[in-house]
Amino acid sequence: MVPLSWYLLLAAALFGIGLFGVLVRRNAIAVLLGIELMLNAVNINLVSFWRYSDVLTSMSGQVFSIIVFAVAAAEVSVGLALVISVYRRRNTVIADELDMLKW
Amino acid sequence: MTGAQIIFLMVAAFTLLSAVMVVTTRNLVHAALWLVSTLFGVAVVYALLNANFIAVVQVVVYIGAIAILFIFAVMLTRKDMRDSGPQINKNWWAGALVAMLTFAGLAFLLSGWSGFSKTAAELPAGFDSISLLGESLVSPEAYVLPFEVASVLLLAALVGAVYVAFNPSKK
Amino acid sequence: MSTETLIWLLPLPPALAFFLIVLFTNKSKALSHTIAVGAAFLSWLGAMIVFIRALGVEHLSEHPFESAINWLPTGETFLKIGVLIDPLSATVLFFVAWCVLMIFIYSVGYHNFGQPEGDHDHAGLPPHGATVHGHTVPSVEPMYSRFFAFIGLFAFGMLTLVVSDNVLTMFVGWEIMGLCSYLLIGFWYGKESARNAAIKAFMTTRIGDVFMLLGIAFLYSVTGSLSFKDIFSEEVLHALASVPTGVFGLSAAGLIGLLLFIGTVGKSAQFPLHVWLPDAMEGPTPVSAMIHAATMVSAGVYAVIRMFPIISLDEKTMTVVAFIGAFTALFAATIAVAQNDIKRVLAYSTISQLGFMIAALGIHAYVAATFHLVTHAFFKALLFLGSGSVIHGMEHGVLHTGNHKVDPQDMFNMGGLRHKMPITFWTFLIGGFALSGFPLVTAGFWSKDEILADAWAHHHYAIFFTLAIAAFMTAFYTMRQITLTFFGEPRTEEAKHAHETPWTMTLPLVVLSVFAVGYGWVGMPHWITGGLVPNWFHEFVGSMLHEHAAELEFNIVPLGTSLLVALGGLTAGYFAYRNVQSPAEDKLQIPVLKNKWYVDELYNVVFIKPAVWFSEVFVSKWMDKGFIDGILHLFGPATGGVGSAIRNYFDLPVINHFFGDGSAEVTWWFGRNLRPIQTGRIQQYLVLSLIVLFVVGGLLYFLLMA
Repeated sequence: MVPLSWYLLLAAALFGIGLFGVLVRRNAIAVLLGIELMLNAVNINLVSFWRYSDVLTSMSGQVFSIIVFAVAAAEVSVGLALVISVYRRRNTVIADELDMLKW
Repeated sequence: MTGAQIIFLMVAAFTLLSAVMVVTTRNLVHAALWLVSTLFGVAVVYALLNANFIAVVQVVVYIGAIAILFIFAVMLTRKDMRDSGPQINKNWWAGALVAMLTFAGLAFLLSGWSGFSKTAAELPAGFDSISLLGESLVSPEAYVLPFEVASVLLLAALVGAVYVAFNPSKK
Repeated sequence: MSTETLIWLLPLPPALAFFLIVLFTNKSKALSHTIAVGAAFLSWLGAMIVFIRALGVEHLSEHPFESAINWLPTGETFLKIGVLIDPLSATVLFFVAWCVLMIFIYSVGYHNFGQPEGDHDHAGLPPHGATVHGHTVPSVEPMYSRFFAFIGLFAFGMLTLVVSDNVLTMFVGWEIMGLCSYLLIGFWYGKESARNAAIKAFMTTRIGDVFMLLGIAFLYSVTGSLSFKDIFSEEVLHALASVPTGVFGLSAAGLIGLLLFIGTVGKSAQFPLHVWLPDAMEGPTPVSAMIHAATMVSAGVYAVIRMFPIISLDEKTMTVVAFIGAFTALFAATIAVAQNDIKRVLAYSTISQLGFMIAALGIHAYVAATFHLVTHAFFKALLFLGSGSVIHGMEHGVLHTGNHKVDPQDMFNMGGLRHKMPITFWTFLIGGFALSGFPLVTAGFWSKDEILADAWAHHHYAIFFTLAIAAFMTAFYTMRQITLTFFGEPRTEEAKHAHETPWTMTLPLVVLSVFAVGYGWVGMPHWITGGLVPNWFHEFVGSMLHEHAAELEFNIVPLGTSLLVALGGLTAGYFAYRNVQSPAEDKLQIPVLKNKWYVDELYNVVFIKPAVWFSEVFVSKWMDKGFIDGILHLFGPATGGVGSAIRNYFDLPVINHFFGDGSAEVTWWFGRNLRPIQTGRIQQYLVLSLIVLFVVGGLLYFLLMA
């Protein structure tokens, strides 16, 4: 009943919102929140492709999304650890102030 | 409009609204909480897609671990309990434009795909997605290797995170 | 050994001596003179053998000893060179061989072999004496070996000239002698006068040589051959006589003859190219004897005699020849009477006697000229060697007194030497009498008389009188010379201390005086001996001519004139100078005669100064330094200008400034303006990269899908 396109569009919209958050938020942790949204959008895509495929017994979609879970978790932990470490060094978590790569 | 569609629309609206709140709210703790709500919405979507196991895993892992981690990190990185200054970049319109371009691009590309408006097939009776998932995760012909590698990845991340965030003064 | 082979070998020993001395034995005086004198002896021996064999051949002029080889390929044929001994060359060979040998032996003594080396002797200057036990004695010549090398080369040149059978090798010998005259006149190269004299000699004879070469070239172009046999054949002579040239209305023979004669004018020092010969007295005396008696000047006359068949074809040329000969004879004699240097007198006397020979040839007196050539060689060589002996004696006196301001060659410093140097005196007297033409017992009488007789018999009265006057003056100045040198009392301390020279010098004098006396008797006219003694010379040499001239009949006029001028001149000379003690008393010290009629000064103004001006001012200063160097000097600044223009207008602004600094500026500008992109803020990086992604992706999508 629900066409695949709705799910895909939902995932795309979520992805876009997450991207907006990554590009726009000043706080580094907020950036990581945006990244989480993007990963969730990907997962929705993957699972809906599994559900609407012709071969339901091929679980690649779900397996892929499981792996994405693992990766997201790993990434969040390391990322937040980095943010904490940076905070300890520089006393700031504002992304704009972390500009040591500046010329 | 069928019932499934209405339910889907409500869940989608809830999720998207939460997501917007995540990225716009000033208070960072509020943002983390809105993230929890977004993740819930995504879990419901998984459930609608008959991916039960995934839905549960989503709640447990994402909400139970990751979101909590976020809140911890927020607590650890502030001088006082308040967020000061503007929370949005100076050139937010560039980001907005890019985000919209992304959405539009994705929609455009996907709409050109033949299977875009496909409808779901009926699940066969006695379809046990969990055991199938489990089999494909450990079966040598299937995805056992990525599975194991993912676990190694988690280990590495664990070690890395501990090391990076280690506070020498606490020795 | 066959005669022909022997003839080929005649010039070889002196040439070999030259090379051996120059390359190997230069350091050893004894070895050098042994090689040289030995070589002269070998050539003399060979020459005598050839001569004796030649005497034995009937009609030698028709079948001479000859041998030729192919030398230069010229198209189909060859230019041949070879040797030839006919009566003329046999006669000349005889006296050349004797004179050369005598001069070589003389040179050993002249250069004081055996004496110690001088105190401050220097190579290039005459030796000045060495001090031995407080006495100054003559010292040995420092460049002793070199002298023998040079006269060896000289002998080689003359012998080549005499035995050659073609004009080309004759000219080769001619030029070798020209070179040697330069080397030997300038032997004492430390003296500036000697250096100048050598150059003068070479240049003056060169002028003659150039014309001679033109004549040879012309001859070759007309006849196609240079060999005597070919060019003196009837057909060729006829052809040469009839082909007219455009020059002065002469036939080919006349022009060739004239050009060849000009060569002789240079080589035999006839007017106007006589100026080198008196200056050539700067060389050592054996050189003077060699050059001015035995070889070089004789070569000039020999060339005319040899080419007589061609020269005599054109009367105009013959007139020129006769005129120049007679004029020179008188001209030189007038100068000789005013000279005080013993060698100068002999030099002008040589010029005068050569004039006699040339004049004789000009009036077709072939045999007379040849006869005089031979006798003159003997007595003139004798006189020169004798004068060298006198000078040596005087130098001994100079070394004794130590007064080097006294010129040992000035006759007015001599006197009474007949007691001090008897052998020299008697041989010099014989030579002087032969030169004057003392009757009957001297060779000069016979040869000079024959010339005068020929002139009178063929009605060349102008020539006759000119030569007679010249003969009178010859006798006069000869006796003047003998009187001043040998008679009377010594006029200076140096003359008092003179003494006789060693045997190496007096032996040649004696030998030559034998010939000076006896050679005349081989050419006595038949009317004197009444046919008892044949006029061998006339027969022998006369056979060279195609139309054999008959002997002259007896005529009192020339005979009487001969006797008159000879005896008269001798007597006049003796009495005039018996009591003259100094140049002031000498009435004949007329400036114009003493200064040789100012011919040298004239040449200096007319030829030398303009030539020097031309080379120094015009060529050297204006052309070379001004024009050519000026052009070259333009290159430097021009190149410099071009270089700095390129530097300032292209290199600096375009390459340095525009390209070099410009590219640096551009790069810097880009860097400065692109640098702010790198803000270090990752969110900006992200936005930028996504924008670029969309742009590129969109482009690709639409381009690929279209």
